[in-house]
Amino acid sequence: MTDLPGYPSRRNFLKASAAGVALSGLAAQAQAQETTPPVPLEEYERAYLTAAEWAFVMAATARLIPSEGDGPGAIETRVPVFIDLQLAGDYGSADDWYMEGPHVPDAEPARGWQTPLTPAEIYRQAIPVFDAWCEETHGETFAALDAERQDAALTSLQNGDVALDPEIRDFFSILLANTKEGYFADPQYGGNHEMQSWVYIGFPGARAAYRAWPERHNEKYPLGPVSISGERA
Amino acid sequence: MARQEKKKDVVIVGLGWTGSIAGIELAQEGLDIVALERGHDQNTVPNFEYPQQIDELKYGVRLKMMQKPSQQTVTVRRNGDETALPYRQLGSFLPGNGVGGAGTHWNGLNWRPQEVELRLRSYVEETFGADIIPEGMNLGDYPVSYDELEPFFTQFEKVAGISGYAGNLNGEIREGGNPFEGWRSEDFPMPPMPTTYDSSKFRDAAAAMGYHPFPASAGIASTSYVNPYGMQMGPCNFCGFCERFGCYQYSKSSPQTTILGALKRYPNFEYRTQSEVLRVELAEDGQTATGVTYWDEAAQEEVFQPADIVILSSYQLNNVHLMLLSGLGEAYDPLTGEGTLGKNYAYQMNGGISMFFRDEEFNPFVGHGANGICIDDFSISQNDFGAEGFIGGSYWRSGTFNGQPIRNMPLPAGTPSWGAGWKQAIGENYGHAMSIGSHGSHMAYANNHLDLDPTYTDRHGRPLMRMTFNWQDNDLKMNQFMKSKMEPLAASMNPDSMRAGFKGPGAEYDVRPYQTTHNTGGHIMSENAREGAVNRYSQSWKAHNVFAMGAGNFVQNTQYNPTGLVGGLAYHTVNAIRTQYLSNPRPLV
Repeated sequence: MTDLPGYPSRRNFLKASAAGVALSGLAAQAQAQETTPPVPLEEYERAYLTAAEWAFVMAATARLIPSEGDGPGAIETRVPVFIDLQLAGDYGSADDWYMEGPHVPDAEPARGWQTPLTPAEIYRQAIPVFDAWCEETHGETFAALDAERQDAALTSLQNGDVALDPEIRDFFSILLANTKEGYFADPQYGGNHEMQSWVYIGFPGARAAYRAWPERHNEKYPLGPVSISGERA
Repeated sequence: MARQEKKKDVVIVGLGWTGSIAGIELAQEGLDIVALERGHDQNTVPNFEYPQQIDELKYGVRLKMMQKPSQQTVTVRRNGDETALPYRQLGSFLPGNGVGGAGTHWNGLNWRPQEVELRLRSYVEETFGADIIPEGMNLGDYPVSYDELEPFFTQFEKVAGISGYAGNLNGEIREGGNPFEGWRSEDFPMPPMPTTYDSSKFRDAAAAMGYHPFPASAGIASTSYVNPYGMQMGPCNFCGFCERFGCYQYSKSSPQTTILGALKRYPNFEYRTQSEVLRVELAEDGQTATGVTYWDEAAQEEVFQPADIVILSSYQLNNVHLMLLSGLGEAYDPLTGEGTLGKNYAYQMNGGISMFFRDEEFNPFVGHGANGICIDDFSISQNDFGAEGFIGGSYWRSGTFNGQPIRNMPLPAGTPSWGAGWKQAIGENYGHAMSIGSHGSHMAYANNHLDLDPTYTDRHGRPLMRMTFNWQDNDLKMNQFMKSKMEPLAASMNPDSMRAGFKGPGAEYDVRPYQTTHNTGGHIMSENAREGAVNRYSQSWKAHNVFAMGAGNFVQNTQYNPTGLVGGLAYHTVNAIRTQYLSNPRPLV
């Protein structure tokens, strides 16, 4: 494996690959026997994002939910795959939403989604604008910055300190929401790989049967999660 | 030129709770009935099956069970000076779609209104004086009383299969029930649901402060149950997937679990899905309807369905929209107070407190939508409006529900929204937090109303409906009062930290965060044709063979979830059709 320019650290790639997944004991052995490792993120065939957009999403989600500390990060849980697939699908194209004009994109935020752009179009238009701001402010595009400057750049984006046209002004909140969705959603959508986020917080996923539990007070539920497809962790 | 279908005795517009009730009760009369449903067909099997239904992203976040704004939506402005903009992406409220309507994806919180809520204007005038009613508030009495509705609340609760414990049985106050509820002629059809840990902590803290805790009234089966139509429910397993989901277990009250299976056996009843009603057609003299015109999605054409009786039983917003488009009354003018359609649109004023206990286990995924222990000590009948300076009240509830992590991740104040600090916080706090909610009344005001938008249109070229709505001082004061009472109770439970969320003075309506799908009013009931769109039997003042059901009938919203009152009014209405209207069709008032 080689480090590609503009990608998150090599360490994160290692953690995301099957060989590097930090599982312990019997679970790790069972997992290794039963599941085919997913395609490494750097070989993943993108459904919507361009190479440059993919580099940004990889780098940004790696800071929004970093690998350091307890619990998995966005990279180990394959959040970028989730985002790519969502943008390629009916969420990305806002199929369910009312998108007729006239549009008033600079309306007060409390008025809701008023941009004429779909979520997928917002990623496409906002990433180059933010990358240009990063170059001007920090000297390099977002993905090439070190973690500390990436965090500073994301903070500026979140606080509205990066000048964005009203059509794309909600980019940060959309990116953050999609990142958390990919972290916690059922693995069938491409993120939450091996249900690592559910294991971390103690959510049993699709078990959805707790008949004996309402009156077992102040007692931690002991079973790990299952996914909709029947995967266990 | 529209295709024309064979004439029916009854056409039902929308096959949710009230359409299903009208369908089965009128089918028992032998009438020839067709129900037209805009959305798709759906049933427990195959649509709500395990495990496909246990999908937070698809149903909880992408809202695949809901009305799509691309199909139908409203525009929203906060006052008459703003330009209304489309509600493009669902947020604040989530109208349902398809057979069963919102009755499939609700939480199952089934309440009756308090007796005084149905005669609120009179109660306020008698008790506190008319001069406490703020300028611009359209405070009213319902044209039907609690005592008149009681048998119909009971009927709906038996059909829907409600679990609970009566606090007022024929006037006798019973320990452990709600002492402030209206009288019940019978106890609940099923005993209350078991109590989760958070609820038990709340119950003990509330009792210690002298309040009166009781189990929530739940449209969730606590036992196996067979309802009066022979429909069977099975006991809930606390799977936690209620609100925004269909129930895979036959445990949550819904048209599917309690009515539709029985209704579909009547040979004189049929229903057509993907059939969106565009307007009610009026006779030339304008005194009656001749039927409805709908869009047949499969055939891609308009169809005229003649009928002797038209039942409008779509979602509240869609009912008002259809009535405005069809001329079933005059649009309300907030400046003159003339007109009735769109009048008294109201909502709900809610707040709550999250509490964090790092060493305790709440298992938030173990729950159901109507889980919990409640108090009604700050309800409408208990508050001193004169002393406190507002008209209203709320019930409080604590009980785990919707414990899925994308949407339900309460974190202590000051937690970063991303990065290492956020990740650490979710690990430390998920499963170690509980909450208390305040579910409050919302009065009706001249400012808050519905009419047709001058700019935006739907896919059929019809004007979208325009919602003019903002929070008002009276209800915000009520909410702040609840905060002041709830904080000491929450503090008495000694959490490591707590975080309150109550809208306060100057709050403006924000369409983005989910608030509640309790949209009410717009075709309100009234004593006379000048003040409302329908009479006490939900019968249109304009065309006597049109009956408009649902929360659109609410004169102002109550402090409770609306389904119990919606169900009671629906049975009251169909009873009037059966016993008074069919033998002699005419205005019943």
